[in-house]
Amino acid sequence: MAFLQQFALLLTLLIIFSTSCKAAALEVDSVEVGHNYSSKSSVTSTSTDNSTGGDGHAPSAISTLPIVIWKWHHVETPYLVALWILTCWLCKLVCELNHSVTSVIPESGLLIILGFVLGGIVWGADKAQTFKLIPTNFFYYLLPQIVLDASYCMPNKLFFSNLGAILVHAIIGTCWNAGTVGIALWACYEGGAMGTLNIGPLQFLLFGALLSAVDPVAVIAVFEEVHVNEVLYILVFGESLLNDGVTVVLYNVFDAFVSLGGPKINAAEIIKGIISFFVVAFGGSFLGVVFAVLISMLTRITKNVQVIEAGFIIVLGYLSYLTAEMLSLSAILSITFCGVCCQKYINANMDEKSVTTLRYTLKVMANGSETMIFVFLGVSAIDRNIWVWNTGFILLTVFFVVVFRFMGVFFLNWILNQSRLIPIDILDQFIMAYGGLRGAVAYGLAAILDEKKIPEKNLMLGTTLIVVYFTVILQGITMKPLVQWLKVKKATHSDLTLNGKINNRTFEHTLTAMEDICGRMGDNWWTRHWNHFEDKYVCWLLMKSDARKHKDPIFGAFHKLNLEDATKYVSEGERKGSLAFIRNDDNASVDFKKKLALEYGDIIPDMSEYDFGIDNVPVTSVMKNTIPSVSLDIHEQDRKSMPNDLSAHHLLDQHLYKSRRHNRPTYSRSHYNTSESPDEMQEIFQRTMRSRLESFKSTKMGVNPSKKLSKHPKKDSTHKPNRKPADPHRTYPYGDEDFEFSADSVSSSEIAGNFPRRSPNAPGAGVDNPAFIPEMDTSPPMRNPPWQTETANNTAVAPSQRAQGRLPWTPTNLRHLAPLRMSTHSTDSFAMADASVDDKAPEEKPGTHHTRL
Amino acid sequence: MGSTNSTLLKIPNVEVLMQETGFSPAHIIRLHDRFKALDKEGRGYLCPQDFGAIKELAMNPIGDRIIGAFFSPGKETVDFHTFVKILAHFRPVDKDRPKEPNSLEPINSRSNKLKFAFQLYDQDKDGKISRDELLKVLRAMLGMQVTEEQLESIADRTIQEADLDRDDAISFEEFRKSLEKVNIDHKMSIRFLR
Repeated sequence: MAFLQQFALLLTLLIIFSTSCKAAALEVDSVEVGHNYSSKSSVTSTSTDNSTGGDGHAPSAISTLPIVIWKWHHVETPYLVALWILTCWLCKLVCELNHSVTSVIPESGLLIILGFVLGGIVWGADKAQTFKLIPTNFFYYLLPQIVLDASYCMPNKLFFSNLGAILVHAIIGTCWNAGTVGIALWACYEGGAMGTLNIGPLQFLLFGALLSAVDPVAVIAVFEEVHVNEVLYILVFGESLLNDGVTVVLYNVFDAFVSLGGPKINAAEIIKGIISFFVVAFGGSFLGVVFAVLISMLTRITKNVQVIEAGFIIVLGYLSYLTAEMLSLSAILSITFCGVCCQKYINANMDEKSVTTLRYTLKVMANGSETMIFVFLGVSAIDRNIWVWNTGFILLTVFFVVVFRFMGVFFLNWILNQSRLIPIDILDQFIMAYGGLRGAVAYGLAAILDEKKIPEKNLMLGTTLIVVYFTVILQGITMKPLVQWLKVKKATHSDLTLNGKINNRTFEHTLTAMEDICGRMGDNWWTRHWNHFEDKYVCWLLMKSDARKHKDPIFGAFHKLNLEDATKYVSEGERKGSLAFIRNDDNASVDFKKKLALEYGDIIPDMSEYDFGIDNVPVTSVMKNTIPSVSLDIHEQDRKSMPNDLSAHHLLDQHLYKSRRHNRPTYSRSHYNTSESPDEMQEIFQRTMRSRLESFKSTKMGVNPSKKLSKHPKKDSTHKPNRKPADPHRTYPYGDEDFEFSADSVSSSEIAGNFPRRSPNAPGAGVDNPAFIPEMDTSPPMRNPPWQTETANNTAVAPSQRAQGRLPWTPTNLRHLAPLRMSTHSTDSFAMADASVDDKAPEEKPGTHHTRL
Repeated sequence: MGSTNSTLLKIPNVEVLMQETGFSPAHIIRLHDRFKALDKEGRGYLCPQDFGAIKELAMNPIGDRIIGAFFSPGKETVDFHTFVKILAHFRPVDKDRPKEPNSLEPINSRSNKLKFAFQLYDQDKDGKISRDELLKVLRAMLGMQVTEEQLESIADRTIQEADLDRDDAISFEEFRKSLEKVNIDHKMSIRFLR
């Protein structure tokens, strides 16, 4: 069945394609994927226009008014580009239709094979390869987003802690590969293994340099499916990313040497070459860091243009690439470091939604262009011109590329292992070497070879393609079985635990202490000092002030775990039929909600406004981080967070205040959601006030602070609105945690203590600390969620005071809410237990909060 | 080489020490130099004050606990042997060293590393990390960043996570279980002690 579908799709695809092909036949010489609007193509199309006829421009002199005109030439280039993009993506779709195939052959290989087919069709129609991957398009329009995406999603900590090894492999390893392959090939040529070719030693070195690029695209595509362990992953991934940059630099140096010509090269030139290598590589990296700083600083102030916030990152990232290119520095390294360095700060600075947007946009762009690159690697192969066969040359190249890769990796790892805390074991080394897939960068570099300087360009191009096919298809296919067969350590997914986090911290402190005692500067010394420096200066410069708080990882873990509990709690309730208990039992509902507000208040400023309708559910985005640290696969992240999202959605959807507006479709170009109408605000305000008045009356009617249960519902409703003013106050200044919690403890202590209410109509009513009050007055009218007003009338179940007071800040209770003991009528036990606590609570608690404030 | 030997000879029982800790002579000498540098008055032993003189250590939030770990209960001094043995906890585990069948568990084994970490929490040495003990460590480490209530709830939650027998404290066994998936060899090792 799947095959049928696949076939059908392929057929449609081909039909689409061939129609476009016929239309474009003979007209397009160099129209390419990417956006090159070359003047040449327009010239050729106008010149061939008359011969094809029929579908050309409207005649210049018209005799009558045409109703519609066929204007193919107006849209030709963009149209073809779009068609090709569509075709390539359809290819990906076809590949993914059948999982039994993709589990054997990696997707990248399949795409190349489909590319062969498409190339064959073009060839059949045109008798010449009119479409191929042009290096300009590849380097300017297809590569940057892939690198940006890879670097932006790079697991930062892992990357920097292995940076040494990565750099060694990327720099020394690449030079080794380039040098040895070039020299060995030249030696074989001199030995007569390839007949007569017009290639000098320098050209061989140039060829070696372009073949040394381990392609991140191909590597990630394969490793992602295999799920190897973190260290191996980051080593290969980091290496392949940086090594592209190094390769391009090396290529340029050798290219310059070739243009200089053999006799002119002396020691001075060689030294210049080496200097230029380092200047280009490190200059590019430095430029990337500069751009990262710029981006981070920019995101500090983009709050008001949230919609295009994510776009800034992409544009600036691209600019860092182009700027480096302009300064003839390494563009790939520039954009890599830009992405790696800014990710932490922009993620903290930007809104959660923008972060998601950015992540998805980058994924779409990167995956899209990756697909196109592979397809076009296939398409480009169907071209008679580039195939100059030389068995010796081709076979020896493939052989040397693989062999020297292995030798280089093993040798470098042996050196690295001398000083590594955790040595890279032999299997990992093997997979590292085997993962040296060559890809589009090598092809792109081969394609920009100058035929005047290198007469055998086509041979080199063809050989490069063969190396690419060999590594991507053959090594790609065998990679997975090999990993399984060798039992290479796979990535372990460990659960997040507080114990783990806390102990990690203890271990770190212990290690630094021990290093201090030993009096040596170890790794931890550097880490600690960097962290210190970062906290003090870097964050100050690059992060918004409110983003700087709340970043203690232990607290973060705690927070995340609580969120998980909350979701579990809800799903538990749903499993039992409905979440009605949350409404009926105000005990549970209030605390749960309070808890949410408390926690989300940290992150989401508008939490306190209680206006999350279905179209504004920030909570879900908070939960998305349950992903393994090294996965770049965004779909995986999705799958993991989906259940959470769903339940959170459900909860919020059902039980929080719903803005009535959200049923009406609204469209705004610059805002995600329009705010509620004043009417509605008014209504909410009035409702709140009514409920407060109600409760005020009840308090005033001589309700003395007794501990009788029957009074509690009323008190509940009294203190709740009281707590409300604290909320906007708490979240707008956004940050002072002390304040948040004490604000809450005010209310909770009051609950425990049954303070008589003050005038509830005053905005700051019930808040003991006069410091609250000025702010309250300026705050917008409070909106009170409907369920709170309901509770005023709901006297069915009396909540337990103690539970009321304690719950917000003891997660343990929330955890134990899961069995839903409290959902029915089991408050008695609480009442019994709490009676004694209530006595002393009022005395001590207000005191404590005052000191904290 | 001559100086190496002469330094080594000055240390009593150096053979036994190397055997027990697995340190190479170079390490022993380096540690001995450091020991002498810390022992400013040349008494041959270190007091807590000597450790306190290390500037960075004073900044370490759990520095006093770590200093405390060097001193066995009731004692106010630590000699070179004990000093080296404590540091030997942090030697990375070497896989290729042949394991002698009748030898004791090496000091740098996983469980010894864990024990060391455990006693940093367990200050009253009752074999359990109580809520108060945990709270103190947390307070020291998280410092000003979170409020007391948050600290308490974090502590509660942490204990709850690890506490298998519901006694509101973490025993060593529970501690070990909670860290089962953590690569202790990695996290509690210092590279230059290899």
